[in-house]
Amino acid sequence: MIANLGLAALWFAAALAFLQLVAGGLAVRNPGHPLQGIVRPVAVVQGLLVTVSFLILVWLFCVTDLSVALVAKNSHSAKPWLYKFAGTWGNHEGSMLLWVMVMGLAGAFLALIERRLPERTMLATLFAQAFVSLGFYSFLLFASNPFARNNPVPAEGMGLNPLLQDPGLAFHPPTLYFGYVGLSIAFSFAVGALLTREVGPTFAKAMRPWVLGAWIFLTIGITAGSYWAYYELGWGGWWFWDPVENASLMPWLAATALLHSVSVLASRNALRTWTIMLGVVAFSMSMVGTFLVRSGILTSVHAFAVDPTRGAFILALLAIYIGGALNLFALRASTISEGEQFTVTSREGALVMNNVLLSATLGVILIGTLYPLLAESLGAKVSVGPPYFNPMSAVFIIPMLVVMAIGPLLRWRRDSFARVGKMLVLPAIVTAGALALAIGAGMKVLPLLGLALGLGLLIASVLPLRGRKLRTVKLPLWGMVIAHLGVAVALIGMASESAFTREKLVAVRLGDTVQVGPWSVKLDHVSPVAGPNWTAIEANMSASYEGGKRVELHPQARSFWSPPQETNESALVTRWNGQLYVVLGEEAEDGRWQLRLWWKPFVTLIWYGGLMIALGGLLALLGRVASDIRRIVAKDKIAYRRKRQGR
Amino acid sequence: MSGTVKAKHQRLVLVLIALAALIGAGLLAAWALRSQASFFYLPAEMQANPPEEDRAVRLGGMVEPGSLKIDPDGVTIRFVVGDNKARIPVLFRGIVPDLFKEGSGVVAEGKRGADGTFVADNLLAKHDEKYVPREMKDMTADQMRQTLEETK
Repeated sequence: MIANLGLAALWFAAALAFLQLVAGGLAVRNPGHPLQGIVRPVAVVQGLLVTVSFLILVWLFCVTDLSVALVAKNSHSAKPWLYKFAGTWGNHEGSMLLWVMVMGLAGAFLALIERRLPERTMLATLFAQAFVSLGFYSFLLFASNPFARNNPVPAEGMGLNPLLQDPGLAFHPPTLYFGYVGLSIAFSFAVGALLTREVGPTFAKAMRPWVLGAWIFLTIGITAGSYWAYYELGWGGWWFWDPVENASLMPWLAATALLHSVSVLASRNALRTWTIMLGVVAFSMSMVGTFLVRSGILTSVHAFAVDPTRGAFILALLAIYIGGALNLFALRASTISEGEQFTVTSREGALVMNNVLLSATLGVILIGTLYPLLAESLGAKVSVGPPYFNPMSAVFIIPMLVVMAIGPLLRWRRDSFARVGKMLVLPAIVTAGALALAIGAGMKVLPLLGLALGLGLLIASVLPLRGRKLRTVKLPLWGMVIAHLGVAVALIGMASESAFTREKLVAVRLGDTVQVGPWSVKLDHVSPVAGPNWTAIEANMSASYEGGKRVELHPQARSFWSPPQETNESALVTRWNGQLYVVLGEEAEDGRWQLRLWWKPFVTLIWYGGLMIALGGLLALLGRVASDIRRIVAKDKIAYRRKRQGR
Repeated sequence: MSGTVKAKHQRLVLVLIALAALIGAGLLAAWALRSQASFFYLPAEMQANPPEEDRAVRLGGMVEPGSLKIDPDGVTIRFVVGDNKARIPVLFRGIVPDLFKEGSGVVAEGKRGADGTFVADNLLAKHDEKYVPREMKDMTADQMRQTLEETK
């Protein structure tokens, strides 16, 4: 009964999206059309209805209503409550409903608050937004109905993939979806502006918070996903160039480029067509990511759906959105007038470089990710891994880091390297010194460059604050400095992890001690333990850093019973200067236990750096939103005063 | 007047740099894929047409029953991957995935050593939910055996 209500709300929301599309389209074509007034309210109600539908699904999961096929397939009454709740989006249909809900809410929010743009551009944006939503509604209703019923009702559910039974799951997918959806709004803005040819600073200022927001969520999503893979898979790595990881990295790269070009458009009124193009590319990458992850074309923990019709459906949506947008772009781009001029050695020039290098990085990752799929359709089975991705992305990222050190110091419009050269002496010396030391120590090329550039960038990132009173520095500038610092910090972490990690693979008896780097680790005893829906073999170990105080460690080999599956739970000891990472293997016949241990100096900097990047974005967003609010309030005051004087 | 010409000129420079970078990226990617993509081999293919020694490839097949041996260090394992036509000895140092066992399918990632032994850096076992190799998804042990027999 409740499930039918959820389905009805979803259908109703879809119908409203259709109404929004028609009314918006008519109003853009004939300004002053009688239906113009209903576009915004319809967008708001649509957002509320799809939210109701999603909340109903959450409720069905929380009470484990097994008459709903989706619940029976993915949940189990013995599951801890957090995973019942988070399990709502731990499956294909639920996660798509979450996506559509976020999209509906974003549209509603946009319709409620955005008043800066000319009304016609705004209507065109909501029209484009309805077009995108409608595709997703039909995908849900026709190819992945989350409310489909089971008849007869099974006695028990089938449970959730144990790898997904982790607190991280509650937050990881929604974070990425917020990012993807933010980019869909940026896309709608781009299409709206193309339709009405209103590409300028106002448009950029309206679009920027959405790009910033999307970028913040993507950054957090990628950082969290990387940490999850690091501790949950038990392989000791933090990035595997898995297609699914690339699916989240590619939209991030596009969003990073878009973020920088939209800032140029907002403050300098340059890079008009390029910003529109990036808006289209960024959303395309979200769709490509969704296609890769959700179509079942790849097999991994993320691929819930192994249903070819779904893959075809997403591919069709991708073709319609992107094909349509590119067509519109081809038709309209030439009619968008050229923006302001600037020289190559200027802030704009550096940002163009940043955009080009990010796009090139995106290009090589996209090619590497799609190549195996292409080769397979031609009959060859290949996979593309780190030997391709590491050097190929480094070729473009290394020059980008150099641009990143110089760019923020350049002035807008026109500047000279001679002026900024003096400021960059210190970072250059640090980089050269680190390079010399690292070459002396015989480090590999990539970690060596990473470490040297990371240290140089650490200093260069704070140079834009030079000679300013810190109290008067605006939030967006702080945001930029902290985000760039975050890149340097993450880079140092990556280089250090790859250069200085110590690894040990051994089979030991109870009571034996293993040395790995500065740690001595003792296997005390091994015992069985039980959790709510699993049993495990747990090793009790103690570790001491350079003979200091002993710390307890408990790596486990877990066996889940619904569905039956085994996982390795790694154990970590975190210090300020790195992490000890221990995985328990199998018991050999002679009673020895396999252990794999790593000492990873400064590995945590990778994720701290990621969080700093996100924090930088957040500060910039807060700064922009605060000044927007101040401006709106000021405007209202003036309008109010005028009204009173007029009387 | 000369100012606008200069500006146009600058714009052209930027567009050219952008184009060069993007085309360069494409060409570089194509070249790197030729040399770095890791191909999938069945044991018979690997025997008939062995890959170069330090090229990363993947070897897939059945772990031959009775072939699994652990060295005295307790962590180096040796086994034979076969497909009824050829048998390739494999060496792996590490913790095997949970569903790795004799008589079931495996994909080994690694390189062919000088003595013909395949040195694996990583093993992917079927039904290992961490990662099911694309070549082996949807296959039961029997289907796997069948497919291997059908191939050449």
